[in-house]
Amino acid sequence: MRVARSFTLAAVFAASLTSTLPAVQPDEVLDDPALEARAREISEGLRCLVCRNESIDESNASLARDLRLLVRERLEAGDTDEEVVDFIVERYGEFVLLNPQADGWNWLLWGAGPLMGLIALGLGLGYLRGRSRAEAQAEAGLSDAEQARLRELLDGDSR
Amino acid sequence: MITELGHFALILAFLVALVQTVVPLVGAHKRWSGWMAVGEPAATAQFLLVAFSFGALVHAFVTSDFSLNLVMQNSHSAKPMLYKISGTWGNHEGSMLLWVLILALFGAMAGWFGGNLPETLKARVLAVQASIGVAFYAFILWTSNPFARLAVPPFDGQDLNPLLQDPGLAFHPPFLYLGYVGLSICFSFAVAALIEGRVDAAWGRWVRPWTLAAWIFLTIGIGMGSWWAYYELGWGGFWFWDPVENASFMPWLFAAALLHSAIVVEKREALKAWTILLAILAFGFSLIGTFIVRSGVLTSVHAFANDPERGVFILMILIAFTGGALTLFAARASAMQAKGVFGMVSRESALVANNILLAVSSLVVFVGTIWPLIAEMAFDRKLSVGPPFFNAAFTPFMLILGLILPFGAMISWKRGKLGRIGRSLLPVLLLAFAIAGLAWAMQTGRSLLGPVGLFLGAWLVGGSVVDLWSRTGQSRDLKRLARLPRADWGKSVAHAGLGILFVGVAGLTAWESEDIRTAQIGETFDVGAFTLTLNAVDRVQGPNYVSTMANVTLAKDGREVAVLTPEKRNYPVARMPTTEAAIDYRFLRDVYVVIGDRQDDGGWVVRTYIKPLANWIWAGCLIMSLGGALSLSDRRFRVAAGAKKTSRSAVPAE
Repeated sequence: MRVARSFTLAAVFAASLTSTLPAVQPDEVLDDPALEARAREISEGLRCLVCRNESIDESNASLARDLRLLVRERLEAGDTDEEVVDFIVERYGEFVLLNPQADGWNWLLWGAGPLMGLIALGLGLGYLRGRSRAEAQAEAGLSDAEQARLRELLDGDSR
Repeated sequence: MITELGHFALILAFLVALVQTVVPLVGAHKRWSGWMAVGEPAATAQFLLVAFSFGALVHAFVTSDFSLNLVMQNSHSAKPMLYKISGTWGNHEGSMLLWVLILALFGAMAGWFGGNLPETLKARVLAVQASIGVAFYAFILWTSNPFARLAVPPFDGQDLNPLLQDPGLAFHPPFLYLGYVGLSICFSFAVAALIEGRVDAAWGRWVRPWTLAAWIFLTIGIGMGSWWAYYELGWGGFWFWDPVENASFMPWLFAAALLHSAIVVEKREALKAWTILLAILAFGFSLIGTFIVRSGVLTSVHAFANDPERGVFILMILIAFTGGALTLFAARASAMQAKGVFGMVSRESALVANNILLAVSSLVVFVGTIWPLIAEMAFDRKLSVGPPFFNAAFTPFMLILGLILPFGAMISWKRGKLGRIGRSLLPVLLLAFAIAGLAWAMQTGRSLLGPVGLFLGAWLVGGSVVDLWSRTGQSRDLKRLARLPRADWGKSVAHAGLGILFVGVAGLTAWESEDIRTAQIGETFDVGAFTLTLNAVDRVQGPNYVSTMANVTLAKDGREVAVLTPEKRNYPVARMPTTEAAIDYRFLRDVYVVIGDRQDDGGWVVRTYIKPLANWIWAGCLIMSLGGALSLSDRRFRVAAGAKKTSRSAVPAE
């Protein structure tokens, strides 16, 4: 649980209290460092189902430990990373993936950033073109009242 | 008795806020000076009443009055005094009271320092600010009363969540709220300007200091929270893309955008409608954040489990205020005629780019945060959106932002020449490439993250230096630097701070290393270049906890660097364990040691992390806020914010 937890409330905390101690235990660590590194990487992308938004790599919950061991078991059995993840997703559902799949409606999620970026870029360029082509008369801009106001502010400034 | 008076004062504040909403607004419409003048004393009275109410609650916590339900649930007589006080806002009801206290404080400050605002604008600002207050007083009084008594008070309380019993977290919420709620005043200014139907350079100048102040507080608040997570949660993570974190990050991004677009309004009278929209959105996202945090819609695995009644109430406030303001905006925005004319290559364009990047990146965070909810309701898919998504979707925007920033900071208003700036920035660019290349060559993996982070850091810090250097003129007269407006210094310092933050984030993420093992007492082991010795593990009694404290010697090249005492605490009343990592803080790296459980063979689990450049993250946050503070202290704001009140008579009516 997380940084801004302070302003969440006691009620919210209750669910996450178990997860304050670091997760991976020495007895879980695989002897083969390369395999262990893969296990850690996979774990970081899998959600601990009983915690609040924590990966099984971070969580101290017993379910997370079971999942970590399961990941290592599959790796030792010779599965590829994808096979391990598919194996877990098959049992626990898509909810377990911290990195949402890019399929179906999820394309909307993944495309949201680039799409909004392009739209904003288009609008911004349109605006800038308008501004750079606007009549120079606008430069004369300030009305009398605004001039008076500006003078007043500047007078104050020079004091 | 004091408690009841506090409750009563809160009800009075609600009534005062009602008056403050209606009377000045009518007065401004009808041009009745007397009615408009109600705003300022009402704002002051409202603040004093809420302050008394808040003081009454603090008093109840300090004196451990367990006849109050809230104190019983969140305090304990054995708790250290600091945490008795911070316990006041370490819960829903108390933190809402702090929320309205800060809301009233900003309202009152707008009254006190708004001496040179036009009469009608000031009246409307105060009225809008009070209307937000009305909604939240009603929320507290009807759904979250902090002053509820218990018929049979218990002998002692249930203690505050031990995770919150920490100095960093004691002050994290007040800062965060000063930022969150500080944006309310920008919102009030925006809505008041929409009611007035005009926005000019002076408006930009009035809004900017409030935005700056809110942004500074948000930066400090988020930075503190991140630091707390780093040392308290036991594995040294600093940012998790948790919905609750995102709730504070989205307003921060919008506030940063608003900060920059208000400059364009002030200096060039362009981007007016957009700036108004940003002010509305910035506070709107504060409200969304409040909704996310309080309703538990997103944070809990069990959706809507928390408190539907409160969630619905805040949702209604959110819809009423953002919806109302946006409707008003749609009706009035066309009246905001832009005046400044500028070319495609200009400071204005650079600031537009800044706004696009900040606003879109914030919206990306928003979409990612609420996507699980949308997916479940609309497509019947239960899924998670976690750090891998945010890292991939958010980072590119920051990358582009960092790349164009030094150009944008130096380019001139109206019509700039990229060539000249390019020439003066070229040495920095080469230096940044050299540093990144060095990092690439030295690192073991083939990750781009570290080198890119260092490149951006060097590019931003160097760019800021070149920007300042360019202000010394042809003669390279350094005395000119001393005479530069503080706002210019603030700009360079804040931008350099962002660069340092980038370095910290990239360095820590890319080059962190870790060691997990079972160590016997007296055992010595190596982690990276360091040698650690587990000397002892003792049981230590704290004021309201029992600690298992290890004693670890950290040595490098045979010389002792530090003695670290990582702890594992158990709070018997709250029945909760916490880890207290021991950290050896250094300029270039932290060594982070955590003690775990005792194993069957008598050894202890010891985790050691080497975290390169970790401190740069918080140093970056601090330097950014320092830059903001420098900018805020610029004399033109002191003038504009009303350090002098003499010229009220000269204010044109419209």
